[in-house]
Amino acid sequence: MNFLYLAYTVTWVIHIVYLGILLRRYSQLRKDVDDLNKK
Amino acid sequence: MKSIFPILASLAGIFLGYCAYLALVVAPTDQMQGDIYRIIYYHVPSAWTAFILFTVNLVASIIFLIWRNPKADMHALIGAEMGVVFLSVNLTTGPIWARPVWGIWWTWDWRLTSTLVVWLIYVSYLMLRRFSSAGETPVMAAVVGIFGALCVPFVYFSIWFFRTQHPQPVIGGGGSMDPQMLHVLLLNWLAFLCFGGLVYWSRYRYEFFRREVDAAQAMRELAEPRRAR
Repeated sequence: MNFLYLAYTVTWVIHIVYLGILLRRYSQLRKDVDDLNKK
Repeated sequence: MKSIFPILASLAGIFLGYCAYLALVVAPTDQMQGDIYRIIYYHVPSAWTAFILFTVNLVASIIFLIWRNPKADMHALIGAEMGVVFLSVNLTTGPIWARPVWGIWWTWDWRLTSTLVVWLIYVSYLMLRRFSSAGETPVMAAVVGIFGALCVPFVYFSIWFFRTQHPQPVIGGGGSMDPQMLHVLLLNWLAFLCFGGLVYWSRYRYEFFRREVDAAQAMRELAEPRRAR
């Protein structure tokens, strides 16, 4: 049973890490857009 | 479009939760393996979704090589990136299943090795895109992507052509599955496709705007020396 829950947990950890990377990229993009607008 | 995305994301989240409930509670227990077999409901849909994404990469790479269409290049990049994420899930959940069932985490049989090779090819693809600044990078990446996608059928059919430790396919190829288990498996795949579709959509929007911003920054940098004069 532990292995089963481990597999399900690992699956969502991988997806959440990827979504976190995407969110970080989005916030960087937003910062770049703000910098462009300021100049 | 902005307002519909949270609604679709919520619906996908509910659907994923419901499918996880079906996989963990409703689906019957396997007589031979017990509950550990339930890993299949995440392991197999992840692989199928990854193969669809690599097919997107293949088609987009071919279109890019023929017409040099920048949108095709974006689709190729996203297909490879998300395909690597889903195949990483497949490559991680597989050994977690194998340890209690086979008694080992990994074996160098055809299916496992070929899956790892495809994963490495697409990781190389992403490395190339990330670290090469040459103008021809998208062209080189498209060629790598095509080679990677050509290996995908080999991964799928490896368990048909060779004697492997990996179980036979659940659909076709001599494999069989309880209809209720198959129903839950297909529903889980559909849930993964909905989730993947939403991530793909937001990833595409990001890539589109990223390139617009990069182009605007480049234009500004070109214009700035003139202003100084």
